[in-house]
Amino acid sequence: MSFASFSDFLAMGHHGLYVWSAYGICLAVLAINVAAPLLARRRYLQEEARRLRREKNQ
Amino acid sequence: MKISWTWFHKLGSPKWFYAISGRLLPWLTLCAVALLLVGMTWGLAFAPQDYQQGNSFRIIYIHVPAAMLAQSCYVMLAVVGVVGLVWKMKIADVALQCAAPIGAWMTAVALLTGAIWGKPTWGSWWVWDARLTSMLILLFLYFGIIALGQAISNRDSAGKACAVLAIVGVVNIPIIKYSVEWWNTLHQGATFTLTEKPAMPAEMWLPLLLTALGFYCFFGAVLLLRMRLEVLKREARASWVRDEVLNCLGRETTR
Repeated sequence: MSFASFSDFLAMGHHGLYVWSAYGICLAVLAINVAAPLLARRRYLQEEARRLRREKNQ
Repeated sequence: MKISWTWFHKLGSPKWFYAISGRLLPWLTLCAVALLLVGMTWGLAFAPQDYQQGNSFRIIYIHVPAAMLAQSCYVMLAVVGVVGLVWKMKIADVALQCAAPIGAWMTAVALLTGAIWGKPTWGSWWVWDARLTSMLILLFLYFGIIALGQAISNRDSAGKACAVLAIVGVVNIPIIKYSVEWWNTLHQGATFTLTEKPAMPAEMWLPLLLTALGFYCFFGAVLLLRMRLEVLKREARASWVRDEVLNCLGRETTR
């Protein structure tokens, strides 16, 4: 561990804001990239289910 | 000597791709999560601080992997572009369309984290420096490919146009790579080279190696996720896709 305490770790020696905002942006982008295809897949499957139901009723 | 090319033709078959990617996906996800978790924790909390830059240098553990991936992804677009044009492989266009947005996101991350790192280190968020400018051009190339792919409604023409743009744009990659050597620049040189040992101690570059590998695994996993959905959409008339969709729907309703 290169920090003496947890508050030191958060402060990052006056660079806390820079380091944490960079990591925050990066993790947010990674999360968006995981969520987007998963949500798109769910949406597509719901559409297909609706279409199949319609076809069955006809 | 006769080399069997069956694997190459199989690779082009959406059905085979769908099956193999389904088996690969959990492993890639596992590797990505483990590598990123370990690499980032190590880099943030355990790596020693830089004697000049202090703790702001810890941004390197996301900035460099994102920039490496942004460039590798573009090279990949050009390669699948060639494959798509020459062998008319269906899956190549799927890969091109699905990888472009991820590459654009990674370029954006590299630019943003670079700006945040630049402020405490150079005293400026942005300079019109060769490395930074060529990365910005890379972002615009990605935007161009995405826009082109969406603007043309005919799938075959869109695929061809995107492939050509990807291949032409690849000239920017060596410019990015050598920009720090060709021009006077604020940006520091490469951290990793294949031929030399890194100039920093192992406890500084090992976490970087982990996050870099983690980013590549992440890219692989997310790309497969996108491609699998795109294959389902494009091959919607094939009987195996209908079975698969029913199978997925069955799983969703029983849950």
